[in-house]
Amino acid sequence: MIKLNVNGQARDVDVDPDTPLLWAVREQLGLTGTKFGCGAALCGACTVHVDGQAVRSCSTFVGEVEGASVTTIEGLKAADGTLHKVQEAWIKHQVPQCGYCQSGQIMSAVALLSETPDPTDAEIESFMAGNICRCGMYARIKAAIKTAAKA
Amino acid sequence: MSDIQKDAAVTENLKTKTSKKGKWTRRGFITAGVLAGGALMVGVAIRPGHHEKKLRKFVEGEGETLVTAWVKIGEDNRVTAIVPHAEMGQGVLTALGAMLAEEMDVEMDNLEIVEAPAEKDYVNFVLGREFIMGGKQVKGFVTDTVNGAFMAATKAMSLQITGGSASVRFTGTAAMQTAGAAAREMLIKAAAKEWIVKPAELTTKDSHIHHVSSGKSAPYAAFAKAAADMRPNLHPTMKAREDYTLMGTSIPRRDIPSKVDGTAMFGLDHSVEGMKVATVKAAPVHGAKVASMNASDARQMPGVVDVLNMGDYVAVVADGYWQAKQALDMVEVSFTTGAADGASSESIFAQYKTAISGDGKFKKMVKKGDVAQAASEAATVFEADYTVPFLAHACMEPMNALAWVRDGKCDIWTGTQNPLGTRATTAKALDMDFENVTVHNQFLGGGFGRRATPDYTDQAALLSQKMGLPIKLIWTREEDMAQDHYRPSAMAAMRASIGADGYPTSWENTFVHKLDPAEASHIFYNIPNQNIRYTESPVHVRFGPWRSVDHTQHGFYTESFIDELAHEAGLDPYEYRRKLLTGKPRHLAVLDAAAKKAGWGKELPAGQAQGIAITESFMTIVAEVVTVDMNDIDNSGAPRVVHVACAADAGLAVNPDGFKAQMESGIIYGLTAALYGDISIQDGAVEQSNFHDYEMVRMDTAPDIDVVIINSNARIGGAGEPGTPPITPALTNAIFAATGKRIRDLPVKNYDFGEAI
Repeated sequence: MIKLNVNGQARDVDVDPDTPLLWAVREQLGLTGTKFGCGAALCGACTVHVDGQAVRSCSTFVGEVEGASVTTIEGLKAADGTLHKVQEAWIKHQVPQCGYCQSGQIMSAVALLSETPDPTDAEIESFMAGNICRCGMYARIKAAIKTAAKA
Repeated sequence: MSDIQKDAAVTENLKTKTSKKGKWTRRGFITAGVLAGGALMVGVAIRPGHHEKKLRKFVEGEGETLVTAWVKIGEDNRVTAIVPHAEMGQGVLTALGAMLAEEMDVEMDNLEIVEAPAEKDYVNFVLGREFIMGGKQVKGFVTDTVNGAFMAATKAMSLQITGGSASVRFTGTAAMQTAGAAAREMLIKAAAKEWIVKPAELTTKDSHIHHVSSGKSAPYAAFAKAAADMRPNLHPTMKAREDYTLMGTSIPRRDIPSKVDGTAMFGLDHSVEGMKVATVKAAPVHGAKVASMNASDARQMPGVVDVLNMGDYVAVVADGYWQAKQALDMVEVSFTTGAADGASSESIFAQYKTAISGDGKFKKMVKKGDVAQAASEAATVFEADYTVPFLAHACMEPMNALAWVRDGKCDIWTGTQNPLGTRATTAKALDMDFENVTVHNQFLGGGFGRRATPDYTDQAALLSQKMGLPIKLIWTREEDMAQDHYRPSAMAAMRASIGADGYPTSWENTFVHKLDPAEASHIFYNIPNQNIRYTESPVHVRFGPWRSVDHTQHGFYTESFIDELAHEAGLDPYEYRRKLLTGKPRHLAVLDAAAKKAGWGKELPAGQAQGIAITESFMTIVAEVVTVDMNDIDNSGAPRVVHVACAADAGLAVNPDGFKAQMESGIIYGLTAALYGDISIQDGAVEQSNFHDYEMVRMDTAPDIDVVIINSNARIGGAGEPGTPPITPALTNAIFAATGKRIRDLPVKNYDFGEAI
């Protein structure tokens, strides 16, 4: 049994410590907002926060994050259900198309803004380059990050 | 994609083929009924008159329909649109709902939009009627109508293939708008009867009917019950475009909130109690079979339930995905060998070259005038061969499906563009009746044509049948890359006779492979003599529809070659196209708008240049101008695309912001393919495996994009695909302008630009 702290709650997961965090979150905890894209940290669809840092959960073992604070897309809203400013900006700019990569995009964007509250275009491009959007909504993602930075 | 494309005629026929007496024909009908408590239902069904062979086998009976839309006016005056298409990011639910609301004069705040409900509720006629009508018996002629309509709806609700950029242009214009207009007319008739006024004196706004001179006003719901007795008009009066208040305005998409908080349910996300997870490995050389399997180590792995030899592939079933994946890596498997093992990209292109050379038998696409005569009279004859590689779809969501075979029935939860095809192929695979297979469609994590081919669902169903358990099959990314149904690799030999003025007098395109749509190789330039023909050159690698299908390669061939001709003539490629588009005002307007937006001809920094291209696909005309920077070559060898100016005329952009998003998306998708896309074959197998060797345009390589929308008022065209075809030639034409290097073989990254500048 591995003890995790996910979205502010203590959760036990009964998996091998070498299981990727992605599958523990999805299959053990039923938090399906975090997506599987490549299994090799190449696409960013599985991005979650571990102690506030953006990590690719498909390539992070559960055993590595025992005791750490994990946040998934489901944990981004405030306790009263208010959306995070990044989520609000995503709606304002009508960012998602298929939407599959967007949990990962949003988690990356939140991590970027916590590190760099007012990022330049170059900083956004560099930080977000690890997240593929096959629907190609990069311009909207960039615009939404800028809006969120000002919110 | 062609299936619906070909059924363009269905739309046309709704009006043209119904008899003058308003007798119902096989082409289309409108029906209505009243629910318990007085809610009105109005439905529109359009039957295929001469659909494709591929579809015909699924349409067995008299009453089966191709497109079905429903609207319900509740007792609380709330209006619900039931939309028969899959949401894969194109905003279709919102756009189709708005088209109905437009004709019905319903405010968007008062409109619910529902994707055609779980087929479990529809697969049986009685259950279907129960679902919509609440079991209410309806009287007289309406009963027959409703029964007929429901038979249609229940048996063939899943005929909706989402593809061919068809949702808005066919379902929207033919069914949603008709349903809305018919419902509004019936309500007006009912109100006129009750108020004893002429229908013409009544107006509608925000789901209410008003009689201006008397000041009377009432919600639609007040007349719902009476309206159900009105005979629906097969030809309801539609609004003039200048009266539109919703169509042509940007309406926030309804699916977006669930896609920012993680609650949207994709195929990957559904679970049922007792489910196990499977992953598979099929023969890397398509067509080969499993020859032998040794799973003794894999079976010992934790969580593994079983390892199966399924003939075409091996599968591991385990408690979770990771356990299945780990175990699959331990399975020792060999596959049968065959002639295809020797195939490579080079051998395939050599085969194509042979096929299009010489005097082999060709199938005619277009033949006009006399190209041989033109060649004999020409100042020069110019020729060039082009090739395009196989392309994977690489949807963000790897192929997956949850199947549960039990009690002679099969339920499938998946994201599919083709629920009907899924039902049919699964039924065949399981040796089960079509009616016993139910597809519960989920959001699609990308479709692009891939999710129109239901091979992955068959695998899930067969595994469930064999295991006697619900099985969620999840392909690895590597399997997704290796077992796609690819945009074909292809080749074209282009030839033109050039007159003394530098303009072509003849146009020849001899190519391999024709999928769809049929007109993809046609040209809109005024060239008197044309010979466009093709031959098939079969290879073992599987083909499938890929965003814009044959328009991708033909856009590249045609718009590259016309650009070459312009440069050969020493003329500006934009002006050259303009001259050849004389008398085509829509094309000219689009071309001019893109050129203007890009500042065509303006001074650019050293190493930068612009290229232009224009294509017409799915009834939408799109021109794009790429600005490329050859000073900035990325690690893969691809140059930096600085800016794309796009102008598009789809007749009317129903949701302009959504339309713009589709253009942006089509551009990035096409640019990814043009710069990097290369599924190569070695020893018969696909060489690429994941995003490290099948690269994507990402945030740091994405250009700035400006989209200009032209609403010419022509018939409504598609949005999902037409942005893709012009981007590749616009890019390669820009590279030529910058470097003098002509890209005739994609992708761009395979060229060495080291000394080009």
